[in-house]
Amino acid sequence: MKWKPKNAEEGFFRVLMFFSTVIIVVALLMIIISILYKGLPALSWAMISQVPAGGFYFGREGGILNAIVGSLYLAGGATLLATLIGLPLALYINVHLVCHKRLVNGIRFVLDLLWGIPSIVYGAFGFAIMSYFGIRVSLLAGIITVALLIVPIMVRAMDEALKVVPHGLLESSLSLGSTRAETAYRVFFRQCLPGLSTAVLLSFGRAIGDAASILFTAGFTDYIPTSLNQPTATLPLAIFFQLSSPIPQVQERAYASAVVLVFIILVVSILARIMSNRYQKNKINF
Amino acid sequence: MVNKTLQRVRRIRPGRLLQDTLHGLWMRLTLALVMLLPVLLFAGMYYKSSMLLQTNSLLELIFSGEWKPMSGKFGFYPFIISSLWVTVVALLLAAPICLLTTIHLTQYARRWVLRVMHPVIDILAGIPSVIYGVFGILVVVPAIADYIGPVFGKQISGYSILAGAVVLAIMIIPFILNILIEIFKNIPDELAEASLALGATKWQTIKLVLIKKALPGIIAAFGLGMSRAFGETIAVLMVVGNVTRVPTGIFQPGYPLPALIANNYGEMLSIPLYDSALMLAALILFVVVLLFNFASRLIIIQSEKRVA
Amino acid sequence: MDGIKISIENLNLYFGKQHVLKNIDAQIPTNKITVIMGPSGCGKTTLMKSLNRLTDLNPDAHVSGSIFIDGEDILQTKDDITLIRKKMGLLAQRPYPLPMSIYNNIAYGLRISGRRKKKVLDRRVEHYLRQVSLWEEVKDRLKEPAGRLSIGQQQRLCLARGLAVGPEIILADEPTSALDPISSQAIEAQFNILKKNYTIVLVTHILRQARRLADHVIFMYLGEVIEQGSAAQVFENPQQEMTKSYLKGMFY
Repeated sequence: MKWKPKNAEEGFFRVLMFFSTVIIVVALLMIIISILYKGLPALSWAMISQVPAGGFYFGREGGILNAIVGSLYLAGGATLLATLIGLPLALYINVHLVCHKRLVNGIRFVLDLLWGIPSIVYGAFGFAIMSYFGIRVSLLAGIITVALLIVPIMVRAMDEALKVVPHGLLESSLSLGSTRAETAYRVFFRQCLPGLSTAVLLSFGRAIGDAASILFTAGFTDYIPTSLNQPTATLPLAIFFQLSSPIPQVQERAYASAVVLVFIILVVSILARIMSNRYQKNKINF
Repeated sequence: MVNKTLQRVRRIRPGRLLQDTLHGLWMRLTLALVMLLPVLLFAGMYYKSSMLLQTNSLLELIFSGEWKPMSGKFGFYPFIISSLWVTVVALLLAAPICLLTTIHLTQYARRWVLRVMHPVIDILAGIPSVIYGVFGILVVVPAIADYIGPVFGKQISGYSILAGAVVLAIMIIPFILNILIEIFKNIPDELAEASLALGATKWQTIKLVLIKKALPGIIAAFGLGMSRAFGETIAVLMVVGNVTRVPTGIFQPGYPLPALIANNYGEMLSIPLYDSALMLAALILFVVVLLFNFASRLIIIQSEKRVA
Repeated sequence: MDGIKISIENLNLYFGKQHVLKNIDAQIPTNKITVIMGPSGCGKTTLMKSLNRLTDLNPDAHVSGSIFIDGEDILQTKDDITLIRKKMGLLAQRPYPLPMSIYNNIAYGLRISGRRKKKVLDRRVEHYLRQVSLWEEVKDRLKEPAGRLSIGQQQRLCLARGLAVGPEIILADEPTSALDPISSQAIEAQFNILKKNYTIVLVTHILRQARRLADHVIFMYLGEVIEQGSAAQVFENPQQEMTKSYLKGMFY
């Protein structure tokens, strides 16, 4: 290192700063290495290609395909539902309401508040609603709960991309005789496609990783659900349940499941990067 | 020609008009839904927990240490204290690291450090909480049982407040860091330049000008981090021990509110008041987190206004 | 045709409590270039934007008075606002091409008004690109994103895009301020040709540009119309002291 501290105090703090930064990197490395170290040996083709066979939870054959597919269904469904709500909302704020500055700031404030609400609260709320209406745990209930959880995240992420669109583009589009909806879905949507797709994938990653909100709403089962009314297994809960087993083989499978989950999350975040570069094509750099 | 245009109201093609109207309607509906969500959450949980509140006063429930669901005694004190312990300890661990790293990254770090740290922070922020839980069980708990505990002369399992706090600290670091970096970047360069021009050293400028300027934002970022920690469920639940007792030290097991809800909800519906009590726990969590978020966000908005 | 295309009567506009346009009375002749000039911040752009009611976007804006276009008051009309805007092509201070290909930038306006036949679109796109002398430069890369064009080309594309909607009026808000001299010349040359078929309203604070292009002049200062009339009259024989000193370059 080349720096020469002007005094002892600065030098001392710069060493501390350096170590703080290192600690963060080390923490990430430790998380990834410990999971890979314990999980990779237990990972096998059977693990990810089969549903649990009889006695799976006592260490016998089978895999976690039910949880993998269940998680993809759940996160996919929730992301789809959240996009149906979030995209129009984000566009509405930035196209229709763009000049109502105070209103928009108020909406952003509420979204930020919602973003901070813990997922267990959504889970408990979802369960309360379900029991009130007599709905049983199911893929659909899980999808709705998770969608509510990720909508604020998605809208704020989309909002970040949309709010830098210059006002002139809105005026230009309106001057051509576009309606507001056309301006939103044809012009703003295309201009922000990179940011919007990143927002969707980010939300998908959040949806597939969350456990507390689906604990009481999506249930758990050994089968791959064939309809929205059936309960579904999910990866985070599969990890959680297997890890609380006293049987070592089952615990090892939890580590292997963790590897699968981390892998999916990484793929999603890499995909997010690729997508955001790919859709850059038509974007105008103002 | 003039007369003709005056006679008839002209409209764009009906199809386009309908499309615009329908889109506008749906957009407004989504806005209404999302804006009402906090109210719905509150109302739903209040409705469910009102049964317990009818027979017990809120203060009584919060300050009573007796948790015996079978005999209808619901004292939240141990859980609330556990929550406070893990949250505060997590913040104490995370805060200095976050602040130091932020100053490092925004004031001193070379380009390549930033290029490494950006994805590191992003990945940390994207890791699901259950993975943090697994990491806690694999690394943090054994480390506390085998190394840290013995240093303090304790024979412990490792499942403790400290384990929960360490895991939480790592989880909230990327969250706080992102806010802090944003805040430090928003401080106009002129401020630092003015200080340097007066003959202050870089370190004096950071210490006396930048940190002072960013202070409200720093406090708010820590507030947001704390509320995030307060509501985190699965990761804490996996390493904190879950023993219903008021903890008195960081090496003891605890049982925070979210863990209480997660562990028991959906199972104990045969006891109607139990259901109500757990919903009250969720409501307390909701209200506390909301208030913390509200105050912190307000501070951030205020300080942004002052900069602008 | 020597008629009046736009007639503004007693127009007042407030942004909140700020009185931005004060008792504006002005006439804009058909198929001429009318230059609105004045120092910056005098309400030129606002006046222009109220012509196609982009001022509606601002919730604090409060408008009273009348703007007659072809004898119809667009502030009172029950017609759909998008139809009024379609009558006027807008050229902004800097180009805002749509985030799509060069071809689609032109075709966009045609498509939303219901023309979808490929052949028709192809012909129109070529026609309007030729009209702004951009065709030769871009005919081999119509599918490329519009963002890849140079700023000057982008501005001409925006002009063509506006023409494709079939407007009768062109509103240009300091359209050359972001352009290099050569592109500016090209745009100015276009205006001189286009005025045969279009009524052009040009906002500028460049005095020389105003002198080069104007047939009719509206001079504004602090939200008021100080003087208006034919270019010859206003430039050669201004009646107001304010106009005289502005023309001498006393203030900007």
